[in-house]
Amino acid sequence: MVKQISLTHLRRGQSGRVIQIMGGFGMTRRLAALGIRPGKRITKISAMFMRGPVTVRVGHSDIALGFGMASRIIVEVKEQ
Amino acid sequence: MRILLMGNPNVGKSVIFSRLTGVHVIASNYPGTTVEFTKGWAEYKGKRVEVIDVPGAYTLEPTSKAEEVAVEMLKEGDLVIDIIDATNLERNLNLALQLIERGVPTVIALNIWDETKHRGININVEKLEKLLGVPVVPTIGITGEGIKELFSRLEEAKRKKPIKRTEHQRWDEIGRIIDRVQTLTHRHHTLREILEEASIRPLSGLPIAILVLFLSFKIIRFIGEGLIGYLLEPLFTKLYLPLIMKLSLFLGSGGFLHDILIGKLIEGGIDFIQSFGLLTTGLYVPLAMVLPYILSFYLVLGILEDTGYLPRLAILLDNLMHRLGLHGYAIIPNLLGLGCNVPGILGTRILESKRERFIASALISIGVPCAALQAMIFGLVGKHGGQYVSMVYGTLFLVWLLLGLILNRVLKGFSPPLLIEVPPYRLPPWRTMVKKLWMRILGFVIEALPLVLLGVLVVNILYFLKVFDFLANLAAPFIHGILGLPKEAVVALVIGFLRKDVALGMLGPLNLTAQQLVVGSVVLAMSFPCIATFIILLKELGLKDMLKATGIMIFSAFLVGGILNLIL
Repeated sequence: MVKQISLTHLRRGQSGRVIQIMGGFGMTRRLAALGIRPGKRITKISAMFMRGPVTVRVGHSDIALGFGMASRIIVEVKEQ
Repeated sequence: MRILLMGNPNVGKSVIFSRLTGVHVIASNYPGTTVEFTKGWAEYKGKRVEVIDVPGAYTLEPTSKAEEVAVEMLKEGDLVIDIIDATNLERNLNLALQLIERGVPTVIALNIWDETKHRGININVEKLEKLLGVPVVPTIGITGEGIKELFSRLEEAKRKKPIKRTEHQRWDEIGRIIDRVQTLTHRHHTLREILEEASIRPLSGLPIAILVLFLSFKIIRFIGEGLIGYLLEPLFTKLYLPLIMKLSLFLGSGGFLHDILIGKLIEGGIDFIQSFGLLTTGLYVPLAMVLPYILSFYLVLGILEDTGYLPRLAILLDNLMHRLGLHGYAIIPNLLGLGCNVPGILGTRILESKRERFIASALISIGVPCAALQAMIFGLVGKHGGQYVSMVYGTLFLVWLLLGLILNRVLKGFSPPLLIEVPPYRLPPWRTMVKKLWMRILGFVIEALPLVLLGVLVVNILYFLKVFDFLANLAAPFIHGILGLPKEAVVALVIGFLRKDVALGMLGPLNLTAQQLVVGSVVLAMSFPCIATFIILLKELGLKDMLKATGIMIFSAFLVGGILNLIL
């Protein structure tokens, strides 16, 4: 089954495909420059507790982003 | 000719820059901005050419101040060396394609080439060169491999006709290129990756952070104390003291000139801390008490910076920093402030909003004691026992926290989210580290030494004119009533404006109790910024906000000093 969830709901170590970024032009462009854009495969590496930043791996680089921003990135994951 | 070094942040641009250029480099601000860049010179075909280390940029469609500057600088260059992180080809090609689309003469350095192998990345360089239509040279910045070839192929870079592409088309093109030149093989997690992940996960990351900070502190003290005890202290007492004693005798052991140069004799001899002359205290404090700690602090900070640990600390502390109205990255200027407030406040430029920069600058100038002041705190307060030093640090840390919490509540606006690339751990090349350390130490000596000497001179002249007696009597009820310090301490508080280390040194001869020293140190650390910090605050914040910050400083310093006086 394919599910669409936000980056914050991804489990640690789980990966998914970015399908939508719910943000303005500026945020979309900043994320794209760092390699996060629709169609990209993304893996969650860690998240700090208490709505702290989320770290993800895209390609060969690690990106840390604030919780709010992460919650606006929608990924598609396969769930059994 | 002018060569621009461009590339994403964290691709080893500065390492290649320091390989290409000699010792003589200049760091300056881009006109009208706060973005800093470095400029140097290299030899190319027997001619001297200018090489500019352009601020890191992910794209030429600017998303930040640094990128705006990069685009502006592009217009003034003749040739671009685009430095690409070979382990991150896809993202880095975005900038490369944009440069090529503009028709700029470009040569590409495929840097960090050595890491592709153990990361299981295979890149066909010839094919990449053909597809891009510009020279591509694999390089290893740290060892210097490939740099010669890179330079020899500069002449192949030609201006071309611009190509028009939309962002979407560009990413499609990048996808096509990647498919044809790059193959990945699977490989197991390396020890480094395990460490990298452990240091950003909360449960393992926080203990690691505590350990790293604790070790840093220990190493800084070990090196600092070692340098003082085994090198500078003997140098001053065994070599310099006899010389200066002769001069003192020659000057007749007293009189105006003697008082200015040598200062007062304490029990017939020179006391480097108490005599307070230009050639005694004026040289001893900055060179023998402060410089060793500046050196060890910047050495350790440089290691933390260049190995890539600091961004991880930023992630761990992001939550806390948000409560202070900042985001995690703001921890870096705060740490810099522990060396000297000036680079700390300059470092707040990495923060985007005016609000963040104000909060960070205020926190640094009030709650973060510089290395010079800390060295004196250890020297003077430390004599009475470690618990008093802890009291000073504990109070300052509490002030830092509370002030941030309050400012975040009071000031309008919000703190923007964290968005940073976390670079892999790397062993920093010693060449770049030594260069950076040298520039920082030189900066301290050039900026601080004249001010210390001026401070000592001013104190002596004011003493002579009996201005201090007047001031002390005027401020006595205040200083004594609220802070519980003797009226002579007012002199130190006034001199604190010139140099805080000198000021704290002036509390030495007053025979204060340990409690009074704690109050004095805290008030000095928090109150009026030293003149260098004052000027930087004015430049960075503007007159209005600088006055606001200074008001907060003076008020909070007396408030906290008063409370300490009551409870100790």
